[in-house]
Amino acid sequence: MSATVYVPRDSSALSLGAGAVADAIAAEAARRGIDLRLVRNGSRGMFWLEPMVEVESARGRIAYGPVAPADVPALFDSGFPSGGEHRLSLGLTEEISYLKRQERLTFARVGIVDPVSLDDYVAHGGYRGLARALSMPAEKIVEEIAESGLRGRGGAGFPAGIKWRTTQQAAARQKYVVCNADEGDSGTFSDRMIMEGDPFVLIEGMTIAAACAGANQGYIYLRSEYPYALRTLNEAIAVAYRRGYLGEKVAGSSHTFNLEVRLGAGAYVCGEETAMLESLEGKRGMVRYKPPVPAIAGLFGRPTIVNNVISLATVPVILERGGAFYKDYGMGRSRGTLPIQLAGNIKRPGLIEKAFGVTLRDLVEDYGGGTCSGRPLRAVQVGGPLGAYFPASMLDLPMDYEAFAAKKGIVGHGGIVVFDDTVDLARQARWAFEFCAIESCGKCTPCRIGSTRGAEVLDRLASAGGRTAAIGLLRDLCDTLTYGSLCALGGLTPLPVLSALRHFPEDFGLSQSDVAWTG
Amino acid sequence: MERNKNGFDGVAVEAIAAGLKERPGALMLILHEVQDRFGYVPRESVPVIAHALNLSRAEVHGVVTFYHDFRSAPPGRNVIRLCRAESCQAMGAVALAEHVRARLGVGFGETTRDGAFTLEPVYCLGNCGCSPAMMLNDELYGRVSPERFDELLAGRKDDGR
Repeated sequence: MSATVYVPRDSSALSLGAGAVADAIAAEAARRGIDLRLVRNGSRGMFWLEPMVEVESARGRIAYGPVAPADVPALFDSGFPSGGEHRLSLGLTEEISYLKRQERLTFARVGIVDPVSLDDYVAHGGYRGLARALSMPAEKIVEEIAESGLRGRGGAGFPAGIKWRTTQQAAARQKYVVCNADEGDSGTFSDRMIMEGDPFVLIEGMTIAAACAGANQGYIYLRSEYPYALRTLNEAIAVAYRRGYLGEKVAGSSHTFNLEVRLGAGAYVCGEETAMLESLEGKRGMVRYKPPVPAIAGLFGRPTIVNNVISLATVPVILERGGAFYKDYGMGRSRGTLPIQLAGNIKRPGLIEKAFGVTLRDLVEDYGGGTCSGRPLRAVQVGGPLGAYFPASMLDLPMDYEAFAAKKGIVGHGGIVVFDDTVDLARQARWAFEFCAIESCGKCTPCRIGSTRGAEVLDRLASAGGRTAAIGLLRDLCDTLTYGSLCALGGLTPLPVLSALRHFPEDFGLSQSDVAWTG
Repeated sequence: MERNKNGFDGVAVEAIAAGLKERPGALMLILHEVQDRFGYVPRESVPVIAHALNLSRAEVHGVVTFYHDFRSAPPGRNVIRLCRAESCQAMGAVALAEHVRARLGVGFGETTRDGAFTLEPVYCLGNCGCSPAMMLNDELYGRVSPERFDELLAGRKDDGR
């Protein structure tokens, strides 16, 4: 008999032993003389079930998890290669409610395909977006992106169509497309999952951007903390070159597009687009003054489309199905879907792609199942280390750029970190300043000096004497950081600090009236 | 990786720089290659790289010291990178860090006296669905409890690679 078995090569799955599980399955199959095709797929994004193994059956793919190497012989005994019942059986993968209730557009193929198989990619609808893009004039590609309402998924939420139009219209012989894969926010891993689970969708998105802008060179700026993603990307890029989807005459067109991965070296600030460009140029990752914007003067001073991994990986589906189709999802001015990442102290952590508008409560309670520790949920931090801390009473907030801004928070890159009632928000606030001090590029004074002063002021706030003076200083300092910093690192560090004060004054030994000024 | 080499190999650095210097933004590529080869960026390599790229030594030094990854001294035989960011904090990373420091008898950025382990902080490994996370050399680990850390450590104690 022959069977197809899927064991993820996603780094989270590997971190829980998926490699050993795959080895055990291959060995057991060989021992029993079973002809087994082992596919190393991406993760479905249900990390409490990882390592999650799937087998192809007549009814569809059947999942088992979490599987340990020691479970493998018993799995075979129960006929798992053909989908037999076992205590680890989770039934049909697509019927697992965590997955079934999602709206996966960007993540449509992640966990399903072999990430480095171009045939798999094409068989699952890959490169249809590029084919359609190549049949239209560049202006029309821009129109599709603009109509879709796609906003930068890296965190800033800037309309992608405006960036593309600017670069497309810029007159220059050399233009670039740069993918920002410096996913540094704690609580986020959607970029990583795309790069490890469906790298061709990113390559296709960048190719469409290049064709639109008239760029012949692209770079993926990947953080060095992602060695597995590096391996998968490089494998996929090599395949794309071999098969004529990169290099000269891309997909039989007149376009040339070369693509290369470049590694960062551990600097959070290089997630800021101009610092990233400096780093790509081989320099210190110092933030640039804007204007000029990168769309006009970006990499090596040339017009450059800079987008995050998720933004670029969403381009193919927009081009394939049209901007109007994508725009149909979402709420308000937040159109389309967002791959949300549920992390921290949560029972069912994972990747949930949903249309904008889903509430924090749906995500944290329905999908997440509450805290992992079983203790009461006390706070969630949304949008990475620069995002606000919200109390349990605010979980009805919908995922929407404007709704979050109205509550002095950010959606950011869509990461949600859950904390139980053992969290000390005064400590988290201090950490926000510490992190800013560690990662500041040092170019502007508010961020370079203010971050250290901020931690000191919070220490003074914790000691009984001089509390009133410390509050005044903190207020001034946060204003200075918010309005005087060159980029979002300094500019948003007050968000976690002030939200911690506003919603959890008791952790600072303060009363509601002491923190009324935080709004 | 040729770690713990005391003798500086200027010829090797020159060759690395010569091989990469024509690539756009070459300095980062060269520094990564040097560190991959030696485990750190030796001080003595700075003028060699600067000369190859027609940069000042100060410029190269500035780039080396800007990035957390580039080490100025050889690491131990094993490198532990422990995540200290928010998602891991929510799952006990602060206590884990205390445990790790006590267990190894070193702080962050230090190497054990026997040269077996270097402990480095890292701010997010993208494994936030399986916090707390750490890397031991090139391998990523999730849900690292103090007990799991001790097991991983025991597996590497006499590892002399």
